[in-house]
Amino acid sequence: MINLNNNSNEPIVQAKNLSFKYAKDLVLENITLDVPKGAFLAIVGPNGSGKSTLLKLFLGLNKLQKGSITLFGESIQSFKDWQKVGFVSQKANSFNTGFPATVFEVVESGLTKKIGLFKFVTKEHKQKVKKALEAVDMLNFQHRSIGELSGGQQQRVFIARSLVSEPVLMILDEPTVGVDSKNVHQFYEMLEMMNKQLGITLILVTHDVSTVSDKVTHVACLNKNLHFHGDAHEYNQLTEEELSEVYGHDIKLLSHNHE
Amino acid sequence: MISAILDYEFLQNAFLTGIIIGALAPMIGVFVVVRRMSMIADALSHVALAGIAFSLLLEKSFVSLAGLNPLYLGMGFSVGGSLFIEKLRSVYKNYQELAIPIILSGGIGLTAIFISIADGFNADLFGYLFGSVSAVSRTDLWLIVGVALSVVIIFFFLYKELFLLSFDEEHAKASGLPVKAIHFVFIVMVALVIAASMRIVGVLLVSSLMTIPVAASLRFAKGFKQMITYSVVFGEVSVIGGLVLSYYLDLAPGGTIVLIAVLILIASILFDKYKTRFA
Repeated sequence: MINLNNNSNEPIVQAKNLSFKYAKDLVLENITLDVPKGAFLAIVGPNGSGKSTLLKLFLGLNKLQKGSITLFGESIQSFKDWQKVGFVSQKANSFNTGFPATVFEVVESGLTKKIGLFKFVTKEHKQKVKKALEAVDMLNFQHRSIGELSGGQQQRVFIARSLVSEPVLMILDEPTVGVDSKNVHQFYEMLEMMNKQLGITLILVTHDVSTVSDKVTHVACLNKNLHFHGDAHEYNQLTEEELSEVYGHDIKLLSHNHE
Repeated sequence: MISAILDYEFLQNAFLTGIIIGALAPMIGVFVVVRRMSMIADALSHVALAGIAFSLLLEKSFVSLAGLNPLYLGMGFSVGGSLFIEKLRSVYKNYQELAIPIILSGGIGLTAIFISIADGFNADLFGYLFGSVSAVSRTDLWLIVGVALSVVIIFFFLYKELFLLSFDEEHAKASGLPVKAIHFVFIVMVALVIAASMRIVGVLLVSSLMTIPVAASLRFAKGFKQMITYSVVFGEVSVIGGLVLSYYLDLAPGGTIVLIAVLILIASILFDKYKTRFA
């Protein structure tokens, strides 16, 4: 991933003075945040802190109300290059486990936009699907039905579905919900590999602060306002008082290796 | 029977239509079922009935319209109904199933009004209700061939988009797919297939041909393409078997087709149980 373009230091995602309301509820207030190329950013915060709302703004699924977002240097309102952006959601929300699709078919569907309307899947596309399945170590399951797999395996398949379109930026919304704790660690190792070896910039919304803090490069603490945004090392230096200011009363739910 | 088919044009029409519908309805039905829209097919068929009643009324009232094929207005009403359903589903976002009883009873209400204005119809309408073999004309056949060809072509060209939309709508939106436009094309396809299937299986049974073969394949299909294949095979077995049986036993074809589909469904559930118990 060598970029000879002299803009290569420009942040991949730039949010300026973002505010967002659902009806009258202000969920995000005046958020300014940069995600540099190659970063692995964890966005942490209590339930209802606006984490998912922020992701949906980045993905163009929520309409911009106040402030601005730039993706790859281009305003999100005119941004068209969505194939550069991969998205992995909380699996439980977005799919019906009785859906009759094979692992291969699911990953292949990640190419839909890239192939384009009215065009067909070719042999090269199928080759890409296999490579993506290999990267997440799920090639042996390609002919299995997606519903038969465990939560962790399903989430790997969804990562492959995103990987297959060769994204530059991947956005993950609490991907480990429904993955048993034994496999969570492995899952994060896979993300680390994608970040370090494939050079994919990652934005991860999560509750497992303690599990990720040694893998990510940057942390952002969100609770309507952005309370902390810096590199992972600084985050680990935060004292308990500073953390409880960030999380408010939810601090007990989010252990931070300090116990 | 084969010699009868060769001798009588109406039997040729019925069999050719049946073979087309037997593949077309379950093929679209796979998407209808996985998108949890099975009831919509039922609602639309009742709207199509209103179109047919309206057409019969026009035919009765205006001599100049005597040659009008009721399928045209049936299709028109069905497509109109599908657009109205979409509108209702977006107005009542949290009560999307409300659209179905509204459209269904609206369709029946219109039909009843058209019948009363016309002061009753002859046996024609009964044929549309339960399906009829003798009623399929050569123009019906051509119309159905036309619908089938367009639907199959669109189906192949939009297959990957329809799959993504059905499997994960949020992901489809996030990847920048024109989700609304694709959904719109899909619902119009459903409306057209319903109107085309009415001649053979009848309004009251159309949705069964879209859903029962699919329900049977759901028991053991591993993947989506496999599911489409099984559904089409079950659909064809039901239609061809139903037409042959109804010819020899002098039964209503629509009912016979549906009952064969139900028997296949029961067999597939039993097979699935047996397989999991002894595998």
